[in-house]
Amino acid sequence: MSSEHLFAHKHILGLDHLSVPDIEHILNTAESFKEISRRSIKKVPVLRGKTVVTLFFEPSTRTRLSFDIAAKRMSADTFSISASTSSTTKGESLADTAKNIEAMMPDIIVMRHPSSGASNYLANRINTSVINAGDGTHEHPSQGLLDLMTVKEHKGKIKGLKVAIIGDISHSRVAHSDIIGFSKMGANVFVSGPATLIPKKISRLGARVCTTIEEAVNNADVVMPLRIQKERQSDPLIPSFREYAAFFGINREILKVAKPDALVMHPGPINRGVELAPDVADGSQSVILDQVTNGVAIRMALMYLVLGGT
Amino acid sequence: MIRTQAILLKNGRIIDPANRVDKKASLLVEKGKIQAIFSPRQKTPSLPKKLQSIDLQGKWIVPGLIDMHVHLREPGEEYKETIETGTKAAAAGGFTAVACMPNTTPVNDCQSVTRLILEKAENAYARVYPVGAISKGLQGESLAEFGEMKQAGAVAVTDDGKPVTDSQLMRRALEYASNYNLMVISHSEDYSLSRNGAINEGFVSTSMGLKGIPHIAEEIMVYRDLALAEYTGCTLHLAHISTKESINLIRLAKQKGSPVTAETGPHYFSLTEKAVKDYNTNAKMNPPLRTQKDLEAVIKAISDGTIDVIATDHAPHSILEKDLEFDQAANGIIGLETAVPLALALFRKGYINAARLVELLSTNPAKILGVKGGSLEIGSDADIAVIDPEHSFVLHEKDIVSKSKNSPFIGVKLQGKALLTICGGRITYNAISD
Repeated sequence: MSSEHLFAHKHILGLDHLSVPDIEHILNTAESFKEISRRSIKKVPVLRGKTVVTLFFEPSTRTRLSFDIAAKRMSADTFSISASTSSTTKGESLADTAKNIEAMMPDIIVMRHPSSGASNYLANRINTSVINAGDGTHEHPSQGLLDLMTVKEHKGKIKGLKVAIIGDISHSRVAHSDIIGFSKMGANVFVSGPATLIPKKISRLGARVCTTIEEAVNNADVVMPLRIQKERQSDPLIPSFREYAAFFGINREILKVAKPDALVMHPGPINRGVELAPDVADGSQSVILDQVTNGVAIRMALMYLVLGGT
Repeated sequence: MIRTQAILLKNGRIIDPANRVDKKASLLVEKGKIQAIFSPRQKTPSLPKKLQSIDLQGKWIVPGLIDMHVHLREPGEEYKETIETGTKAAAAGGFTAVACMPNTTPVNDCQSVTRLILEKAENAYARVYPVGAISKGLQGESLAEFGEMKQAGAVAVTDDGKPVTDSQLMRRALEYASNYNLMVISHSEDYSLSRNGAINEGFVSTSMGLKGIPHIAEEIMVYRDLALAEYTGCTLHLAHISTKESINLIRLAKQKGSPVTAETGPHYFSLTEKAVKDYNTNAKMNPPLRTQKDLEAVIKAISDGTIDVIATDHAPHSILEKDLEFDQAANGIIGLETAVPLALALFRKGYINAARLVELLSTNPAKILGVKGGSLEIGSDADIAVIDPEHSFVLHEKDIVSKSKNSPFIGVKLQGKALLTICGGRITYNAISD
């Protein structure tokens, strides 16, 4: 690989645990793997004979498919378990489920779980490598990394860029990983949204909090609206999606205050017309589908690196 | 059943703030009572022939400790703790009496449950004082039968574990309890602010992605309950105080002369929210561990008298409730066996003197609950703890007496330990002969 860095992580639980050289090394590795997906024969034998289990306790299309494709392009064998088909519906604990899977000797468990810290919990109890595919409102490291990769690809750098993250910061593991990741790599992260959705002391993670989205988006290099998560609305957080779209939605008008070549990103799935206007989502500044493409490369890199690849 | 015997505790440091005593002396226990206390220079009283004599050079002899806030889990959750195992743990921690909270299954909300607990406690290792529920079934809707529970042996009422959300019900509870001279203990929590919270709200909750419990959830209800106590003129005891602003409110109320008392737990002056690092569920409790600023305020309140009592909120849970994803895990930690070393840390750091430590752990809880003990009065029941303030040890899970092992102090080096506990003249715990 291009870098001499020794990558010593057995698990990928969050960007919080990764150093700047670790992140650079992952991005470089992913970049070199990206080309594999463009070949007519999209398969390399790097992880032949390795077993990857994806264990998803929350619905997911993109992330799960992305890990699955990534593993298969590396020639690993993949197996999927989801909450509805697993023994947890029979009352089996997470620890037992994991230990039973471990007993079948997979090499990597990729897990998504509604509880924050669930991946840490798993990593503390089993010997298999754990890759966090999203835990509660904690972290979503592969998403954070693919966002870094996408920005680096388009802008040639990350350091010094202004990144505006708009919306539900409180309940977004993507926002947490992005704030940590972009700040670590030297970008200036600004967040804005309804005050009900801005968590306490988020500034200590590295983000500047803006009361208006204009302030956050002003002169930004990257504008990233987050999904308003209907499934998490147990508190009285916002009165209506209509009002949200009017005051916090990203549309043509607000995008004018950003840099002319600002990138529009979104972790998906999009609530079109709520946090992001359809014409912006499909517009020339949108790199949303590049994010998805890069997701496969990042996940290939992560699986390769946790199994000792260099 | 251990027979009572004559015991001579020789040459210890007797600390009995209720009688303003702090001196080197010996103490004779006979027929279950404290028979005599005499200094080395005083004439030795006539001693019985059959006598167990224990030399206690350098050790403290104090009134048996009283924990006014424990969960014994019996009836209903005997797999976590029983009255027997819980009081055994109490004895191992220097406690001779505990007040047990009513959130059992069934709830202790009527005389028959109060009686059941007391029957089970007859041969226990410590005196057990049942605390009845404020509301029937802890449902927060209607008053439980305070009079009958008091007659059956309850010493106070509380809905601990849950707040009394309805202010009118809390007001009526304070008023009605005054007829029976029952203390009302408040679990002060604004549930609408704390609901589904896992740890203190702040940077730690944000960075760990855990739902926060803001400190104001406690303070708003502390204020409400103080206002109700002042308005009704009824006595009130506030349980497990954990925040700086709660303490400011209590200090003000006391300055105004309100009949209120307050307790805190050893964890609130020993740990901060940072203890939940790496999602350690043994540091998950309600109220949650707070910030350094709160911890310092709690210590100050302990030393200036704003806080009257250290009570452990001993809350045993098995690994079934604790070895889980953090947000799924139960709240609560065990505390009986670590209270002495943690309180002694305050003494060693100079925040409190030895007499104040005894007040916090024995004299004041006895006074507040109106129960025996809390002093080393000649002729009174021999409820005594012997403490070695120097003894250092690392807390190992296998050494924990309680049936549950949910302690954030496992693996931590502690200093100070109860070596001998005597309850009604019976030795209930003895680590001296080892």
